[in-house]
Amino acid sequence: MFGNLSRNDWVLFLGFSAVVLLAPILFQPIGAAYPAILQKFCIFGLFAIGFNILFGLTGYLSFGHAAFLGVGSYAAVWSFKLFTMNVIPAMIMSVAFAGIFAFVIGFVSLRRSGIYFSILTLAFAQMSYNMAYSVLTPLTNGETGLQLSLKDPRIIDAMFITPGAGLPRSNIFGIEVSGGGMPGFYFTAVMLIIGFYLSMRIFRSPFGLMLKAIKSNQNRMRYTGFNTRPYLMAAFVISGLYAGLAGSLMASVDPLAGAERMQWTASGEVVLMTILGGVGTLVGPVIGAAVIKYFENIFSAFNENALNNIFSFIPDAVREPIVKLLSLFVGEGWSLTLGLVFMAIVIFLPGGIMEGVRLLTSLFKKGGNGNKPAVSGHTQPAE
Amino acid sequence: MDAIILQILNGLDKGGAYALIALGLTLVFGTLGVVNFAHGALFMLGAFCAVTFNKLLTLEKVTVDPTQMTAWGSPMEVKTPVVEAWLGEFGKVLVNYSVPVSIIVAIPVMLILGIIMERGLIRHFYKRPHADQILVTFGLAIVIQEIIKHFYGANPIPQAAPAAFAGTAQVGMLLGLGDAIPYPWWRLIYLFFSLAIIGLVFAFLQFTTYGMVVRAGMRDRETVGLLGIDIERRFTVVFGIAAVVAGMAGVMYTPILPPDYHMGMDFLVLSFVVVVVGGMGSLGGAVAAGFLLGILQSFASMNEIKSIIPGIDQIIIYLVAVVILLTMPRGLMGRKGVMED
Repeated sequence: MFGNLSRNDWVLFLGFSAVVLLAPILFQPIGAAYPAILQKFCIFGLFAIGFNILFGLTGYLSFGHAAFLGVGSYAAVWSFKLFTMNVIPAMIMSVAFAGIFAFVIGFVSLRRSGIYFSILTLAFAQMSYNMAYSVLTPLTNGETGLQLSLKDPRIIDAMFITPGAGLPRSNIFGIEVSGGGMPGFYFTAVMLIIGFYLSMRIFRSPFGLMLKAIKSNQNRMRYTGFNTRPYLMAAFVISGLYAGLAGSLMASVDPLAGAERMQWTASGEVVLMTILGGVGTLVGPVIGAAVIKYFENIFSAFNENALNNIFSFIPDAVREPIVKLLSLFVGEGWSLTLGLVFMAIVIFLPGGIMEGVRLLTSLFKKGGNGNKPAVSGHTQPAE
Repeated sequence: MDAIILQILNGLDKGGAYALIALGLTLVFGTLGVVNFAHGALFMLGAFCAVTFNKLLTLEKVTVDPTQMTAWGSPMEVKTPVVEAWLGEFGKVLVNYSVPVSIIVAIPVMLILGIIMERGLIRHFYKRPHADQILVTFGLAIVIQEIIKHFYGANPIPQAAPAAFAGTAQVGMLLGLGDAIPYPWWRLIYLFFSLAIIGLVFAFLQFTTYGMVVRAGMRDRETVGLLGIDIERRFTVVFGIAAVVAGMAGVMYTPILPPDYHMGMDFLVLSFVVVVVGGMGSLGGAVAAGFLLGILQSFASMNEIKSIIPGIDQIIIYLVAVVILLTMPRGLMGRKGVMED
């Protein structure tokens, strides 16, 4: 079972796990050591890892991945409402539903490739989003979003526990996951590490190689006698499962689900994360997710007063224009910064942060870039 | 019968907007081979040209009029729009017609913006994969939209159509079908406007030498280049034209839909679907699909149809796109060999 992971892979895996588990200590200096944001890192990291299995390995750019995240969230909240507040059944249910959903969408969308594939996935995601808002309101509770209530049956819980006064919290055999505590973070962190391990196995497996071959030249694969469709299908469904799992985690740490999670801007966000971190690399997507979520948190908290305090050492006459200019990019304007950074990355550094790191290390020690995961350049669309 | 005509008309004005945006998208794709996700942002910028122009026209000057007194006995402050003070009656007319007049402002602005965009950014992405083009223009769209949001706020800014066209037209009367088909004048004008623009673009491509060269370049840019024609420069102009078309579509759409910063994105997603349904790279297909999808959407939002298939109005466009893409791989009128697989 451990055959195809090299020693470097194990070092990478152990290092990754250590960083994730020690995050509450390591991220102390940059002020991101509280559970709410750490959970976000993990959940979106997982989402991006899944997306990367599709986009990074096969080059198929899906613009509708948020739909699976949304389906996962809804499934998890329904499991909380109907059965139990334990997160294990919720996760199983989310993954199952997201998988079925991904299978159906993938079956149709994968008939086409390139931009048509992007548009088809986008169309399906927008369809799900619009339906979640309108027709499926009994299932999704429309604009308000699906929430827990005291009247929920919770069949399994009702057999064992007498319900308390308030809304119950999601738990894993008694340990509270929701409510913004550290156990919630460790739960998501463990899921992220498992997800990372699985994605590493996929990257190093013959199946992963097959996907990479499809990305570089699908026609040649077909001519050599491989039917590429089942492989693509599997990659699509796997990345859908990851998204469903991320959705269930999102619902676990905060038991509600809204349709806006399925909107195409949400799909765009995961694309940004993956690109920013480094498409086709193992840790890149997680780094991208963490960077985006971190700066989103920091930047959107800034406002003109905060800037004035920071630059208080500069004389007023100079400070005012500087603060005016910078306030464009913080607070409400965080998306502007994100857009600019994203454009810069696509233009100058298509391999994302990971390629930057690799370039830097090879700059410092000539030719000594062996211990970094291979960066497979920028993506080629599947032709 | 009346209901059907009304729904067709309802669909046509929206279809006109889809068709204009899709036309620009297709032009850019056909000439430059670039998938431009920032095209919706150009539509939105056009709309905000109208907003800005209107704001400039209605700048007010506060003067103290000593002859008039307020209830408290102090001299009353009178606000007069600067334009009226300068131009008198003509100024009033100008304010009233600010939306159509702002087209004159929008054309050079959009042309310059389009050329800057092409020269500054898109040019460097000809040779890059489509995925990169999508991503960088997506980033650009976010940037443009956030800049607009910073200056104009997040709320929609309603724009009034000229008073003369504010009412409803009795289309039924015009067609001799009785008075059962009321339809807003401005939408009717929008429909004719979009048809006129589409006609102009086609005439430009079909009947001018410049357009002929562009069409030749769409087929085979290398050969045209070998014949000693600076095709890149022409394509830059084509990009500018596409930006102008999108911008004008945006200007004229403001009285129908109050512009806000994310209207571009909303229209872009639908326009892409329109382009793909029409067939990537086919101008006629883009226009036909734009009107077709607009009409289908308005039929789907009829109560009779909604009661049979609930929620169909929300998904009809996407549903049609999925069906078309799966049954006709090239879209309705796609050319052979363009983005095929």
